[in-house]
Amino acid sequence: MSNIPLVEMENISIAFGGIRAVDDASADLHAGEVVALLGHNGAGKSTLIKILSGAYKRDGGTIKVNGEEAVINNPRDAKAYGIETIYQTLALADNVDTAANLYLGREIMTPWGTLDDVAMEAKAREVMGRLNPRFQRFKDPVKALSGGQRQSVAIARAILFNARILIMDEPTAALGPQETAQVGELIHQLKSEGIGIFLISHDIHDVLHLADRVIVMKNGRVVGTARVGDVTEDEILGMIILGKCPPGAIPGPGAISGVVLG
Amino acid sequence: MSNTTAAQPAKRSLGDIDLRAVAPFVALAVLFVFGAMVNPNFLGLDNLTNVVTRSAFIAIIAIGATFVISAGGLDLSVGSMAAFVAGTMILFLNTGAVAGDSGMIAAAMCLALATGALCGLANGLITTLGRIEPFIVTLGTMGIFRALTIYLAEGGSIAMKSQELRAAYRPIYFGNVLGVPIPVIVILVVAILGAFILYRTRFGRHVMAVGSNEEVARYSGISVNRVRTLTYVIQGICVAIAVLVYVPRLGAATPTTGLLWELQAITAVVIGGTALRGGVGRIWGTICGALILELVGNIMVLSDMVSEYLIGAVQGAIIIIAMLIQRSLGRR
Repeated sequence: MSNIPLVEMENISIAFGGIRAVDDASADLHAGEVVALLGHNGAGKSTLIKILSGAYKRDGGTIKVNGEEAVINNPRDAKAYGIETIYQTLALADNVDTAANLYLGREIMTPWGTLDDVAMEAKAREVMGRLNPRFQRFKDPVKALSGGQRQSVAIARAILFNARILIMDEPTAALGPQETAQVGELIHQLKSEGIGIFLISHDIHDVLHLADRVIVMKNGRVVGTARVGDVTEDEILGMIILGKCPPGAIPGPGAISGVVLG
Repeated sequence: MSNTTAAQPAKRSLGDIDLRAVAPFVALAVLFVFGAMVNPNFLGLDNLTNVVTRSAFIAIIAIGATFVISAGGLDLSVGSMAAFVAGTMILFLNTGAVAGDSGMIAAAMCLALATGALCGLANGLITTLGRIEPFIVTLGTMGIFRALTIYLAEGGSIAMKSQELRAAYRPIYFGNVLGVPIPVIVILVVAILGAFILYRTRFGRHVMAVGSNEEVARYSGISVNRVRTLTYVIQGICVAIAVLVYVPRLGAATPTTGLLWELQAITAVVIGGTALRGGVGRIWGTICGALILELVGNIMVLSDMVSEYLIGAVQGAIIIIAMLIQRSLGRR
C-alpha cells in the first residue's frame, strides 16, 4: 500500500441546529483499499461521507486528496477530485436508458450540437463490458433493469469519468443474494484497478467480507479503526452497539475510555 | 393480459412494444372508424382539414405542456395566459405604432412572443426560486392573467379596430400553402422543433432527467432550476404561438378566450402518453392527443348521440379515463 493515502479526512465536524451529527471524525482510504464505514442509523457515517462527496459543507476539519488539501463545497468539486458517490437509493434517472444515465450532465455531443447517442452507447457498451459482460439491455430505460444491473450501471457511471475514490452507500441493501454476489465481484474488480472504496452500511454482514478495514462510528464520533483480520465480528458489533474499542483496533475519540474488552 | 400462456420469446417481443406509446395512435384510429360509421361526411377532406385546423391552438400549447410535464411540472395558467397575450397583442395592434400592415403585424407578433416568454418566465421563477408547488403557482397566475385580461378589456372584449389590418392578418388562420392550412403547418413546425429539442439536445435530455429523478439530476451537475424554468418559458412561447394563430380567427380577445384550454392541453399531453409525474415526454403522442380531443368534439357535433354542450364533460371524462388506462398499462 502506498504511503500517501488517497483520502484523509481529519477532525471533521458538522452540526445541524445544535446537534453535532459528526464530531471530530477522522478517516482515511488508500488506493485499492476497501474501507467499511459502520454504525447504527444516525451514527453519522452517511453525514461524514456526504461531506466528502460535497453534499454537505463541513463546519470544521480538513480533507486531503493525495496528500494535498482539497476544496470541496459541492458535488461538482468532489467529482473534480475523482470522488464519485453511489447512493443507497440506486440513484439513476429511471426513464432514460443506460447510456443516457452514464452520461447524464456530461453528454457527448455531435459537431452540430445534438446528442451523440451512438457514441454514448458505444462507450457505455465498453464500460459495461468491463464491469458486467453479461449486460445487454442498452436500449431499455433503467427502471426495467434488475437491482444488480442497476447497481452496475450506477457503478459504471461513477468509474466512467475516472473516479479514483468511490463511495457506496448501502450498496447491497436493495439486492437479492445473487445480485449481492455480483456487486461483490464488481468491488473486487474495482479494487484491482486501484480504486479506493468507502462502503457504508449499518449491517456488518453486508460489507465485512468485502472490506479490508472497518471504521466504526457512534453518536457522530469515531469509536475505532481496525483491519478486518485483527478483530472478530463480535468485537466489531461491540464497537457499533456499545462503543467499546477492542485491543486489535485503534481507538478514536468516540471510544468509551478505560474500557477494554478482554 | 389474455395471452399469459404465450411462449417466452413471443412474450418478450410483445413486451418490447411500449403500449403507452402506441395506445394514443390506436385510439385515434378507432375514433376514425367510429366517426366514419356515425356520419359519412366525417371522412370528407373538408371536415378532417377543419378538425386539424381547429386543433391547432390546443396542439401547440400542449407541445409546451409536454416540456413542463416531462420535467415534473404543471402549468394551469395557459388558457388565461393565452387570453392575456391575445389581449395585449390586439391592444398593441390598435395603437398603429408601426407603419405598414405587415410591419405592424410582425411587431405585434414579436411582442406577443416576448409577452408569452415573460409570463412563462414568471411561472418558472416563482416555482423554482420560491420553491412553491407548480400547481399553486400556476393556479395563482391563472387568476392573475385572466383578471388582467378582463381589466384591460374593461369587462368587455378587445377587438382589432383596423379592418385593413384584419384583412392582412386573416390568412394566418384561414390561408393555406399548397392546400395545407397555415395552422396545420404551424403545428408541424412547432412539433418538429419541439421533438428536436426534447429528443436530440442536451437540454431535452436534462428535462427528462429532472422529471425522472430530481436528486440524480442535481448530483449529475444539472442545474435543475434552470431546466425547470426554461420549460415554463417554452410553454409561454408555445402559448404565444397559439395566440398568433388564434387572433386572426376572431380578431378579438374576450373574457372567455382560452377558457378551459389548460384542461384540454393537459388532457392532450396525458392521452399522448407523457407521464404526469414527469420523466417521459412524447411530442407526437401529444399531437395525437390534441387531435383525439378535437375529433371527439367533431363526432359529437356530427352525431346526435350526445349534446355538443357536453363537450367539456366528455373531455373531462377522457383525461380521467386516460389516466386509468395509463395506470393499468404501467402495472403489467
